[in-house]
Amino acid sequence: MEPGQGDGKSQVPGPSLLPVAFAIGLVIVLVGLIISNWIAVGIGAVIAFAFGGVWIRDISAKSAVGEEEPPPPPTRPGAAVSPATTAAITEGERYPRDRFLEGATLGLGALIGAVVTIPPLGLLAASGFEGQSFHAVNLGALEEFPVGKFMITTFVSDPDAGEVSRRTAYIRNNGFLGKLPSFTILSNHCAHLGCPVQPNGPVDTAQKKEVKDKQGNIVLSLTPVQPAGFGCPCHGGQYDTEGNRTAGPPVRALDRYTYSIVSGHLVLGSAFSVAKVEGTGKDAKIKKTRLQFPGQHVDGPEFWLWPIPEIRT
Amino acid sequence: MAKTDRRKQAAALVLYPLDWLEERSGLVGGIKYFLFRKVPGDTGWAQTLGSATLTAFLVQAITGVILAMFYKPSPNEAYSSIQHITNDVTFGWLVRGMHRWGASVFIILLFFHMARVFLYGAYKYPRELNWIIGVLLLILGMFEGFTGYLLPFDQTAYWATVVGMNITANGPFVGGIMAQILQGGPDIGGDTLARFYSLHMLVAPGLIFALIGLHLYLVVRLGVTSPPWSKEAAGADYNEPEPEPPARAGLVAPTTRGRPTP
Repeated sequence: MEPGQGDGKSQVPGPSLLPVAFAIGLVIVLVGLIISNWIAVGIGAVIAFAFGGVWIRDISAKSAVGEEEPPPPPTRPGAAVSPATTAAITEGERYPRDRFLEGATLGLGALIGAVVTIPPLGLLAASGFEGQSFHAVNLGALEEFPVGKFMITTFVSDPDAGEVSRRTAYIRNNGFLGKLPSFTILSNHCAHLGCPVQPNGPVDTAQKKEVKDKQGNIVLSLTPVQPAGFGCPCHGGQYDTEGNRTAGPPVRALDRYTYSIVSGHLVLGSAFSVAKVEGTGKDAKIKKTRLQFPGQHVDGPEFWLWPIPEIRT
Repeated sequence: MAKTDRRKQAAALVLYPLDWLEERSGLVGGIKYFLFRKVPGDTGWAQTLGSATLTAFLVQAITGVILAMFYKPSPNEAYSSIQHITNDVTFGWLVRGMHRWGASVFIILLFFHMARVFLYGAYKYPRELNWIIGVLLLILGMFEGFTGYLLPFDQTAYWATVVGMNITANGPFVGGIMAQILQGGPDIGGDTLARFYSLHMLVAPGLIFALIGLHLYLVVRLGVTSPPWSKEAAGADYNEPEPEPPARAGLVAPTTRGRPTP
């Protein structure tokens, strides 16, 4: 790490605590990232930068001692033309004109560069996070969902985006829990890498119902199915009818959707991730977490060891 | 007599514009220097893999430019525009086929070229930087493959990209953020296609062109390496009779280097 120790005789630098402090700063940053504590990240970054900077200055000062330090007059290759001018610069000006011009050119250039590059980069980065408005989707009257049966529900989640926002959910009416109707709404995104899971059972296509908009595009379709479970065609992940993983590479249960009931209609809410479901149907106990990308553990040691920020909307 | 005069006249006709250009830019000399520079005497066909990769990339660039004149990067039109290119436009099927299969050829040649450099030890001092640039080119080539795969916007393209983006999202710390920046939202949507199109045909090829320029500059500056079994590099005299090589099978050609001479 530290140059100038080649022969081991010239100078033996005493042990420095600066690298240790720098490492501590980095550790605080990493821990902050894992527990999603941005204040800790900031504090760690400040510590790392401060001690890292001092450390670098320390090293460079040491290696500069090793080199031949030129005598004080700072003659620059361009300026060393005539003895008269060099004398004028060395005697009169502590901050010569050419250095000012050099700094001004670099500084202004950097400023102009930043002014023109930051907005496009900001557009690129921010558009993935900002303005991702959530659309509640009306899935039709409650009577369309027979109790105890799954309905393959295909809907357009964002009417402006059109076809590309078509999503599928498996919806089961669990009957009444107390006075309120209960639904199980499973996302079809496999918890492994996001492929569409398929029901393991005969799909009753003859019973398919479709709703079209004014242009004739299908915006909602409901097809009954009585599956034994769900399976993913991509890498063979298998789930039971509650969305719990039974086989294959998925790391958690299938994601689910929240829902509400508005004047007799089932309205789809936002998606959330599920670690595990205990029990079945309306009595199920769902271990709910925030929405995560497929492939991300939402509980257990892997969740702590492999930190991935959750989906931001 | 008249014949030689005419020949001289023809030569002058060709040379005059070249001289004009050379006097004002030095370009002719530069190109001559690039094309007729010295290479080791035992440079073989294996050393042409780099040029082959470059040619494959140029084919991708040219066919891609033409395809971009017909392709429409919007979710509702992308698939039908590809159908239009393949079925309706004259030679559309050919140019699209060249681009589609040429992509695989490019990646395969890239790996062959890399294998050649590795097995010849041509990545060693002073050519480490060129190896690093080559790795960046490999990554950019793979990125081109990934972004280009979405553009037909059929079911394969869509779901392959879903899986690819979710693999990206599983990178630690920044994976999710990177995925969301790349796909322009928490999910693949209409913005994703246009974004991938821009990355595929502007950002990545621009970077590849720039890095290929650097790569070639370093090749010219540092020269071509001899193969590891090179007698020329080992200082052997070609006029001396060659000692009998020991009978053995192996990947590497028999060498007498490092053996006691009888």
